[in-house]
Amino acid sequence: MAVYQNIFTRVQVRGPFHEVPLPYGNDQRIGKPFFSHLLGIIGEAQVGPIYLGTLGVASLVCGFIAIEIIGLNMWASVGWDPVQFVRQLPWLALEPPAPGYGLHIPPLAQGGWWIMAGFFLTSSILLWWTRMYRRARALGLGTHTPWAFAAAIWLYLVLGFIRPLLMGSWAEAVPFGIFPHLDWTASFSIRYGNLFYNPFHMLSIVFLYGSAVLFAMHGATILATSRYGAEREVEQILDRGTAFERGALIWRWTMGFNASAESIHRWAWWFAVLCPLSGGIGILLTGTVVDNWFLWGVKHGIAPSYPAVWPHVVDPALQTGAVQ
Amino acid sequence: MMSKGNRSFSLWAIATVAVVAGVGLGFTFQSPKNTSIQRGYRGVAQELNYHDSTVAAQRAANRVPAPEAPLDPAGQPSSAAYQNVKVLGKVDANEFLRLMNAITNWVAPTQGCTYCHSAENLAYDAVYTKIVARRMMQMTQHINADWKNHVGGTGVTCYTCHRGMPVPANIWFNQGPTAPNQIGGVTEANIGKNLASPIIGDTSLPSDPFTPFLEQNQDIRVIAHQALPGTDNHSIKQTDWTYALMIHFSKSLGVNCTYCHNSRAFYDWNQSSPQRVTAWYGIRMVRDLNNNFLDPLGKNGTFPKGRLGELGDAAKINCSTCHQGIYKPLFGASMVKDYPEIGADGKVDLTANIGKVNDWTDKK
Repeated sequence: MAVYQNIFTRVQVRGPFHEVPLPYGNDQRIGKPFFSHLLGIIGEAQVGPIYLGTLGVASLVCGFIAIEIIGLNMWASVGWDPVQFVRQLPWLALEPPAPGYGLHIPPLAQGGWWIMAGFFLTSSILLWWTRMYRRARALGLGTHTPWAFAAAIWLYLVLGFIRPLLMGSWAEAVPFGIFPHLDWTASFSIRYGNLFYNPFHMLSIVFLYGSAVLFAMHGATILATSRYGAEREVEQILDRGTAFERGALIWRWTMGFNASAESIHRWAWWFAVLCPLSGGIGILLTGTVVDNWFLWGVKHGIAPSYPAVWPHVVDPALQTGAVQ
Repeated sequence: MMSKGNRSFSLWAIATVAVVAGVGLGFTFQSPKNTSIQRGYRGVAQELNYHDSTVAAQRAANRVPAPEAPLDPAGQPSSAAYQNVKVLGKVDANEFLRLMNAITNWVAPTQGCTYCHSAENLAYDAVYTKIVARRMMQMTQHINADWKNHVGGTGVTCYTCHRGMPVPANIWFNQGPTAPNQIGGVTEANIGKNLASPIIGDTSLPSDPFTPFLEQNQDIRVIAHQALPGTDNHSIKQTDWTYALMIHFSKSLGVNCTYCHNSRAFYDWNQSSPQRVTAWYGIRMVRDLNNNFLDPLGKNGTFPKGRLGELGDAAKINCSTCHQGIYKPLFGASMVKDYPEIGADGKVDLTANIGKVNDWTDKK
């Protein structure tokens, strides 16, 4: 079987450990590097060393505190029972305060823990972002990766911090929990009259699905031309007649237009980044600017009405003499 | 580096796990044969989907027992024929006997008459269940007469809920402010959600949507009625409670949201099916029955301690108590037509004092 006709990477580099010297002022990398065959079949076989640094340590500490606060409160909610903790883990949650507290800081048991966990988790994420930015610079890279991460952080901050601030209530934020945060999205959409009529939600879905399509197109193109060495695409950007250009031809022949080796990555980057950016705008407008997206859709002509199939149904609460 | 032997061992291990997980997943599938019934305008997904095999099992489990053979009227009311008849006194004496037989089959078929009656003298009020039964007779006629906008002409009998069991299968009690296992103190306080429960379809939503909505009269409507903010301050957390109640409806009736709603605008009555009106009255009916018939049996001490919930409240009803997974209880079969004495125009004395355990003997 030829090396390119396989699900997994067949080529594993074995040789002197690959390292890049760091500029003056950087910490030493930690850990002795080693090769792993299993990791090599899905990625690079060399594992480590890792660059931790001050920001990395601070981020991990904050993240650890946040996970402890969330996890211990979850565990307490099943009476410190380890079996129940594992069984019910997907259901357990650390909830934001009740609406009555507004933006005040409630007692620990009434949502105070949620605020504290949110503070430490946000600190951890922002420290990690700074670390990514500094590492990109240290390697002499552009800062595309940290800015893409920032797009995700924007959505996270809108959901848990910016929108609750604008609404004047921590209760509007998302609980920490596996099913609870999913059920929250359903309740959120129901309360605000169906998020599918929110145009920024629509855009976000376009970029989400678009990202998947672009990912599939690009991944398929590169794998299909790897027999000609097209995975070295970056080296082939400027030349004619390369393996990568052969991949481009299939799109030119089928669609008449093709991305270039460089522009396909811009397409992918922008689609991925615009997904949480537009989604975050949609969340931010919900409840602050629009209270019922369906009715907003009716107002702006995007929600059609349908012929009645039942006799007219009237809200019984409006009928005189009805029981309440 | 791994040896070749190690490598094939890990491949075998992965393959084994995949096969075991695959077979396990296989058991979660249902028979793909199903029936889809379009109800709303085309394209708006207002349809019902049924698995044919599930419906066959439900049909078998919801067969109506044959009515008791009719008896010629005795010509005198049961109050004249028997002692200590409090709520059924106006019923003809033979009709009364026939009804007693039916009730035994509906409620206590294995326990028999003595589940409620003293073997020494059937007229004694020696067992608490007899006092409860009197109140339940009043409740049944009240439902049939005063809640026609929910039960229609089909009506209910004891069997609608009891199904041959002294205590109906689907009852509920108030959940305490603190779950039994909650540590409390400085740790997160229980807010009644985030624990697995079949009542709410294994979601993490509040697991007792009954106390606020089917006993108390809390606000169910949480969706804004205007496009722009300023008129509605319901929270997402309140929505969780309404959502939980709606899941209970869906589970209890074996239907999806779109049986009543157009899911694009849950709040909008103009886009809803007529069943939503029936359900609206159902909520009020259940609330009425819980407050005026069931809760008082706990508060006035009729039920012994062992029959009460953790918080000392009597067993209460919700949608599933009657519906039991079917859109119409017993697939809409009317049993009360064979027992008109407890029907809409029945002869149950709705205002009669139901008495107390042991407060009547033949010596008085």
